[in-house]
Amino acid sequence: MLMETPDETLALAAAGGDRAAFSVLVQRHYDRIYRLAYRLTGAQAEAQDLAQDICAALPAKLRNWRGEARFTTWLYRVVCNAVHDMRRRQATRTRASAGWGDWELARQDENAAQAEAADWLTTAMTRLSPELRDTVALVLGEDMTQAEAGIILGLSEGTIAWRMSEVKKRLRAMAAEEAA
Amino acid sequence: MMDDKPDPLDTLKAALHSLPAPDGDAKAAAIRLAMENYDRLQGSTEPLRPNPDRPVKAGFRMEVFAMFKALKTKPLLAASTSVAALCVGLFIVMPLADKGPLTGANLPDVVAKAPHQTAVRPVTDAAPKVAAIDEPVAAGQITPTLPPVAEGDPLATVQDPITVPAPPSQVEMMPQPDLAPYGATAAAEADDAALGAAGQAGPNVASRMVERKRTDAPAKPEGSADMAVADTEVMAYLEQAPLPAPADMAPPPVDNTEAFANAPANPVKITAVDPVSTFSIDVDTASYAMVRSSLNAGFLPDPASVRVEEMVNYFPYSYAAPDGPQAFQPSITVMPTPWNPNTRLVHIGIQGAMPAIANRPPLNLVFLIDTSGSMDEPNKLPLLKQSLALMLAQLQPTDQVAIVAYAGAAGQVLAPTTATNKAAIMAALDNLAAGGSTAGAEGLQLAYQVAAQMAQDGEVSRVILATDGDFNVGIDDPEALKTYIADQRKSGVYLSVLGFGRGNLDDATMQALAQNGNGQAAYIDTLSEARKVLVDQVSGTLYPIADNVKIQIEWNPAQVAEYRLIGYETRALAREDFNNDKVDAGDIGAGTAVTAIYEITAPDSPALLNDPLRYDTKDKPLVTGDELGFLRLRSVAPGASTSTLQETAIRATTAAASDDARFAVAIAGFGQLLSGANYLGDWGWDQAIEQALAARGTDDFGYRIEAVTLMRLAKELAVQ
Repeated sequence: MLMETPDETLALAAAGGDRAAFSVLVQRHYDRIYRLAYRLTGAQAEAQDLAQDICAALPAKLRNWRGEARFTTWLYRVVCNAVHDMRRRQATRTRASAGWGDWELARQDENAAQAEAADWLTTAMTRLSPELRDTVALVLGEDMTQAEAGIILGLSEGTIAWRMSEVKKRLRAMAAEEAA
Repeated sequence: MMDDKPDPLDTLKAALHSLPAPDGDAKAAAIRLAMENYDRLQGSTEPLRPNPDRPVKAGFRMEVFAMFKALKTKPLLAASTSVAALCVGLFIVMPLADKGPLTGANLPDVVAKAPHQTAVRPVTDAAPKVAAIDEPVAAGQITPTLPPVAEGDPLATVQDPITVPAPPSQVEMMPQPDLAPYGATAAAEADDAALGAAGQAGPNVASRMVERKRTDAPAKPEGSADMAVADTEVMAYLEQAPLPAPADMAPPPVDNTEAFANAPANPVKITAVDPVSTFSIDVDTASYAMVRSSLNAGFLPDPASVRVEEMVNYFPYSYAAPDGPQAFQPSITVMPTPWNPNTRLVHIGIQGAMPAIANRPPLNLVFLIDTSGSMDEPNKLPLLKQSLALMLAQLQPTDQVAIVAYAGAAGQVLAPTTATNKAAIMAALDNLAAGGSTAGAEGLQLAYQVAAQMAQDGEVSRVILATDGDFNVGIDDPEALKTYIADQRKSGVYLSVLGFGRGNLDDATMQALAQNGNGQAAYIDTLSEARKVLVDQVSGTLYPIADNVKIQIEWNPAQVAEYRLIGYETRALAREDFNNDKVDAGDIGAGTAVTAIYEITAPDSPALLNDPLRYDTKDKPLVTGDELGFLRLRSVAPGASTSTLQETAIRATTAAASDDARFAVAIAGFGQLLSGANYLGDWGWDQAIEQALAARGTDDFGYRIEAVTLMRLAKELAVQ
């Protein structure tokens, strides 16, 4: 029965001390957390660490859950904040870019076509600034609307739209370079 | 304008969805940890502390103080050495970040708003204030009841929480390592007051600030207690974590999306080979304003953004006005070259007539305003609104105004309205809000349509495009846009381009649009620049008195062996185009002045750069007295179809050069110093400053003294 309960209800119950509700919530959303962390960082190991840190922090964070937004929106924001904190700790964008590099290495033993695609993704993501990468991870990776992504990143929908067109522009430029 | 190629966004999306699934063990471990923490938290009654003053940190501080009580030189030395090492690393790395005026187009998002933000993190800061989200979620600082989380192996942490002593939050206590990009923002904020123009400060200003802070650090090692604590924290961090290699800290080169229009500096030409020099006049001023915005932000401008003629033409000069029916009057001064005793400068000032403003024809203005997401910055859309409000006051009751906004889609925001109805116009301006991507081409088409509706006989119609130059939707082909604008030019509608903001500025497109649309391009970085462009010069900017103004000079080889046109590289015309009225050229507005400067070398001068040809068998050139050359000016009266010609001989003058001419030369020297042209010899910043100061004249508006300030700034920056 719990499995069909909406996230928001579960979160409220968990905040109130319902252990089972919390358990369902974490089980239900671990993949989502991990996936977004992966898309934001580009490294599996980092995504795993982040997902674990976020899970570990979730009980405490949930105490502040007010039900003001959809639970997933709130959760996405938690993940984004965690990734931003991590980037700051690493103090570099280079390291974040290198994440995509590690990932590419790890996938090298896959077949050639896949490797080529991965290489393209790595290059593409590395060429984007962290802000654009965030936007891409949410809009393309999580299939969000630009408005939803804007809410999570705290930006106007217009800014997201502009960032996406910026991404497109850069991808086009990359394609042009490849062709040249 | 979709092409057959797959949408790159779809490709990226597909690639992003092919990521591997999470590891089952890791998932189980994470969920187990979550449950443990949940249980532990249910048991504890202590509420979460939302402030950063966590016990972990406090404990750490206490240790620091304890250590300082037993003050020993060894740890102190180690501490300052670590800082010094860090600084050296940074110093090596930072120059990489100094290339180019701005980096990623989105960075101004972060930096340009710096003065208005108090917190360091732009993203969390901008987020709606939900308490749960505002606090950082970094591992290890979430709650005091949590076991510290190891950075390396999450599983180890779960099983053995005691073995890992250092919470990662220590990293945050270090003042130094969180450099780019957020730390840089913080630094820019801290030094905001010193910056003045921080509104347009590019990220590399921020990084310069950081750099300066770092270099400051070793200078005061144990000066204050705070500094000492910071040193020790750095040391403590460095002992636990391997010192990151400097390369790790370098921000990767983010693509710069600014594009500038320029061409290599004009070379010295030999009169015997190439006696005729032809170019179009240029009344744009954008380059000077961009140079200023760069210098004020603390970096030397990209040499490609420096167009000497636009810098010279930025300043008002009081050249002799025409007293006859001509539209303009050239005045020619020949003077010694400040940077070369063996050459002379020919200064040509062309002053447009100033018809009585009251008699000017009614204006139809269509403001075409870019409201794309990138305009959402204090120095873009808000500045634009203020600028246009300033201009409204200058319009006459017969003038009409319409507003077209374009972002995701173009739309008419204000139907043609008489200029007296200021309330309606202002209300429409105020309602503009940034958002969406930029459909520039669609906006232009609509603006031209509106302008065509408004046009009546005897009126002047002008589209005023205000943008940060980010035409990113619908025109993959700038050439097609140029052609479109060139076609519209024939309908008699003029186009002016006002550039706003940096980081994204497509100067090349702006130039192309203005040049093809019979108009001016100006770059507006401050409200006072808006006043200069739109108010002081409202008549000139908006009301043309001569179109297609071309200049051709034939040099006399008996007097001039070599010559060089300073600037106008992007305005060069072929010799045969001079008489071809189909070839477009620049327009001159009421009361505006245009200046061109040549450096000429007499035959037998020691400054000649080219040796005479051994096999030159040509006869000695025709000697026509003391004429240095012959100036031909061609222009088309507004609305007319054929051009008229004005001719003047250039003779060596003995009268001392006017302040105007000498100031123009100082600015030409300044521009050449910035663009790296190599004809100036030892003449440098000091000489430019001296000459500009001496030739300041009355300078009612302070434009010239501002230029001197910029020269001083550039001198300091060039030394670095």
